[in-house]
Amino acid sequence: MAAAERFLGMGARELRLELEELYADYSACLDEERFEDWPEFFTDECLYKIVPRDNFERGLPLATWMCESKAMLRDRVVMIRKTAVYGPRWIRRMTSALRVLGWDGEVLEVRANYLAVETLLDELTRVFNAGQYRDRLVVEGGRLKFREKLCVFDSLLVPNSLIYPL
Amino acid sequence: MSAPWSSPASGPAPRREWPSEGIARVPYWLYSAPDVYAAEQARIFCGPSWSYVALEAELPAAGDYKRTFIGDKPVVVVRDQAGAIHCVENRCAHRGVQFCQRHLGNTGSEFMCPYHQWTYDLAGNLIGVPFRRGVKKQGGMPPDFDPKDHGLRKLKVATRNGVVFASFAAEVEPLESYLGPTMLALFDRVFDGRELEVLGYSRQLIPANWKLMFENIKDPYHASLLHVFLVSFGLFRADQPSKVVMDATGRHGALISWKGEQKKTDANADMKSLKEDFKLHDPRLLDPVREFPEYTVVMGTYWPNLIVQQQSNTLAMRQLVTKGPTAFELAWTFFGYKDDSPEMRRRRLRQANLMGPAGFVSADDSEVMKFSQDGVQPYPDAAGVMEMGGRDWREEPHMVTEGAIRSFYDYYRKVMEL
Repeated sequence: MAAAERFLGMGARELRLELEELYADYSACLDEERFEDWPEFFTDECLYKIVPRDNFERGLPLATWMCESKAMLRDRVVMIRKTAVYGPRWIRRMTSALRVLGWDGEVLEVRANYLAVETLLDELTRVFNAGQYRDRLVVEGGRLKFREKLCVFDSLLVPNSLIYPL
Repeated sequence: MSAPWSSPASGPAPRREWPSEGIARVPYWLYSAPDVYAAEQARIFCGPSWSYVALEAELPAAGDYKRTFIGDKPVVVVRDQAGAIHCVENRCAHRGVQFCQRHLGNTGSEFMCPYHQWTYDLAGNLIGVPFRRGVKKQGGMPPDFDPKDHGLRKLKVATRNGVVFASFAAEVEPLESYLGPTMLALFDRVFDGRELEVLGYSRQLIPANWKLMFENIKDPYHASLLHVFLVSFGLFRADQPSKVVMDATGRHGALISWKGEQKKTDANADMKSLKEDFKLHDPRLLDPVREFPEYTVVMGTYWPNLIVQQQSNTLAMRQLVTKGPTAFELAWTFFGYKDDSPEMRRRRLRQANLMGPAGFVSADDSEVMKFSQDGVQPYPDAAGVMEMGGRDWREEPHMVTEGAIRSFYDYYRKVMEL
């Protein structure tokens, strides 16, 4: 696949730039609440999970949020747009300390820290969720896409509700 | 037996006037007043009640412990070498240090406080005090210091089919009679003696008074209106067969429903949230199989700190931990059975998406509880109207009732002398 070769031929610096742009686009998509576009960052067969660190470290399988396909991501968007009842909120996501752990020509293994701050009506902006992205990306249709995205969060206590993706 | 609220732990009753309409009203000072909160801690959580603290599956081996809370009081539950389960205050008998600082772990054969290394066996008895005899004949504890008088404070413990309860009270009725026959049967339906398997935890801090959580689960009719997701996918509707049951005191209750014929009719035109055209993109999210006899949903509320959830194939303990009058932690422990097939396990984990802080269904509840707190707290002199289904309480063969909230407050008022 020629598109994949473009990534294969990249030097570390170029690949990093490519990833930083992808993660910036990902955050912007969610920060700007373009939730309908969010599933497009993933492959059709994918795994997206938000997991408390405690469960992750103990090997307990329960996730706070688990989607096992792009279709399930779309169902979450239906929840956000149509079925869930929740107060107005603004979430802003910051990604840093991005690292490529491995790249075998097929799967790109990436780690990054993330921080999400939340602003509610009548309240000051607060740290909402902080943790680590543990991602596996593949090339699909000439683009890097998430085959797996794990958001492992440190504070086991979620401030009230988790409505928007991280 | 004397009245259950005449416990030595009970402090003064709050000096407040309940509205003359009785349990058909709930005064809004109930959700924020510090004196009410203090009396609840003494009379309810430290009173003659059984609080849920752990599943035995969390403590499989000797020395395994779980750090948790009853009301806002830190406690530790631990299994000893003989297999018995103990519950002690998480407070060193010396200077009050909260010695246990991890949610779960194994402590070997003893607990040691890090400050001055006072050491306790797994039953909470003091077994070691460094420098008790002094150093170079200087200092040390007085000669009449007896370690037997300085153990950790021990709570009473009761277990039933893998579930561990504890009580601060010196006198408390046996767990089985405390639950009563109706609730005991519902309890045993899920905890039937099969070994449990913990699937994981979820914890959320809800900025609302703890009683709003019980009101939420004890009121089945909100589910058919608020929870668009449940309604849209036909999982819970006001026109489906259901009932509300309580124990004889009214303190515990359960809402029960099962599958029946449903279609859009004039009778449910009131359900504005009904959107029949909804289809899941990935139907695997809702793939329930009949697992328990008769009922598809049983939400049991157990005085004073537990909700047992059986919603199709998701099973969870929801433990309420009070954090002052205006917040509580809801600690979810999702579980299944050791002998579950891989398919059933996967099904439970998938359906868990409906519950917890990000739940398709229960996120509506945590949001609405915040709206409630935001509304009631600034208006302590106003009161909520609880007249759906009448002004008293009894078991009902339908869900269009707030009867289980009234029964809860009927008992609450006796305990609180309010």
